[in-house]
Amino acid sequence: MSNQAAAKKPIPRIDEESKGYWEACRRHELRIQHCLGCGTLRHHPRAVCPKCLSSEVGWVLSSGRGVVYTFTVTHQNQMPGFREDLPYVLAYVELEEGIMLLTNVVGCPPAEVRIGLPVEVVFEDVGDDVAIPRFRPRGAGVIA
Amino acid sequence: MSLRNEIAIVGAFEHPRRWAPDKTAFQIAAESARGALEDAGVGPADVDGYATSGVGPIGALSMCHHLDLKPDWIDSTAIGGSSFVAQVANAGAAIRAGLCTTVLVSYGSTAASERFAIGTGGGFTMDPPDQFDAPYGPTIVGAYAMAAQRHMHQYGTTSEQLAGIAVTMRRHAGLNPDAKYRDPITVDDVLASRMISSPLHLLDCCVISDGGGALVVTSAERARDLRRKPVLLLGAGIANRHPGIGRRDILDIAARQSGARAFERAQVSRDDVDLCMIYDSFTITVLLTLENLGFCAPGEGGAFVGDGRIGLGGALPVNLDGGGLSSNHPGMRGIFLVVEAVRQLRGEAGPRQVAGAKIALCHGTGGFLGIRHSGATLLLAGA
Repeated sequence: MSNQAAAKKPIPRIDEESKGYWEACRRHELRIQHCLGCGTLRHHPRAVCPKCLSSEVGWVLSSGRGVVYTFTVTHQNQMPGFREDLPYVLAYVELEEGIMLLTNVVGCPPAEVRIGLPVEVVFEDVGDDVAIPRFRPRGAGVIA
Repeated sequence: MSLRNEIAIVGAFEHPRRWAPDKTAFQIAAESARGALEDAGVGPADVDGYATSGVGPIGALSMCHHLDLKPDWIDSTAIGGSSFVAQVANAGAAIRAGLCTTVLVSYGSTAASERFAIGTGGGFTMDPPDQFDAPYGPTIVGAYAMAAQRHMHQYGTTSEQLAGIAVTMRRHAGLNPDAKYRDPITVDDVLASRMISSPLHLLDCCVISDGGGALVVTSAERARDLRRKPVLLLGAGIANRHPGIGRRDILDIAARQSGARAFERAQVSRDDVDLCMIYDSFTITVLLTLENLGFCAPGEGGAFVGDGRIGLGGALPVNLDGGGLSSNHPGMRGIFLVVEAVRQLRGEAGPRQVAGAKIALCHGTGGFLGIRHSGATLLLAGA
């Protein structure tokens, strides 16, 4: 992902419900929201637990490791910030904690991405306030 | 209180234009409404319920103003391309409950002449949950492509099998003089077309057109006094799927739930269905919908759509008008599923008529299949 492209991409609007997640990302930590009422892990973060309706919120630190659940190599997207990155990989990654995230797989040629590929989180800083978690093949040791 | 055999579609119209830079979307909707009302043999003064989707930030209000309607019941359901299919069910419920008697459902769009990139543009807000998706560049086609990729991985489904769906839709379009693309294509043509979002090629994707359509829905009782042979609603279901709290089987789609409800309520079986109108935003949508509706088991869709089964003359013909893949797709195709089903059940589909068609299934998929989407199913019967 080029820095120029990064500046044009949509930047998450950090709000009351999501700030715990994005503040952790800024520290390059992937955190999953944890309901203190019933113990359920959930993503995306939200203020009220859909299961037990509790507002008591905790956060667990994810290992940042997972596998590609599914993916697509995007060859066409007119949106500024993404058309510069074509082709890029859009994917669902299933974390070791059992939670699925929509993300990009970076740090390898798109042709090398497959379902089941072991991946680990890598953060891209966008300005001073936001870092976007993406995933790269585990053990790749390449900065995306 | 069941809707079974209580509600009738008595007017249907599909705008013949696929390219209409000389018209506004509201004009196309109004011309379509006129067509459906004339088909039903009723006038604007008879309309006491109105439903539409995809026009203006305050739902149906602008269209009500434009058509000078002051109905007793309004529905602006906005669940994507399936909205109009859902609105037939909603209209039926409203009529059955006594909230109104005669519902107009209309749609108009100039997506093509406005050069709107339906499948590969933006469309995300920064509301939750979009703010966790938008930074990654999801496209509509990408959301369907991820489901296709998973289906191939899990079940060995091939690009050739998906392409076969597009080939069949194009063959049907050849029998529809209004269809946008009518020249036959082959599996090789689909595979040779450029990749849009793997594994989906250009010809795995629906066309972008202008267009519109309209329906008139009333009680079966009132339908007896109208000029057209009614098409009766047997059963309906509406559902959705999303990743919830972050766990999901991407191949379990809304059609599983909406279809099950529709079949229960209609008291018919899969074997009773003579034809299907299935939202074919992409080839994978047809395959996954047929599986989830229970026409075949999960994973068997690839084989099921082969051997001519879903073509005219096959055991379960699908999208006789050529579908979104070849006939028209102005952004939200749901209304055309119902219009073509009505034509087929009236026996007026000409060279693409399914002989003796008695029961049709319509299923609309709206939104982003692999991310969040809706499904709406109708089972309809000819009189």
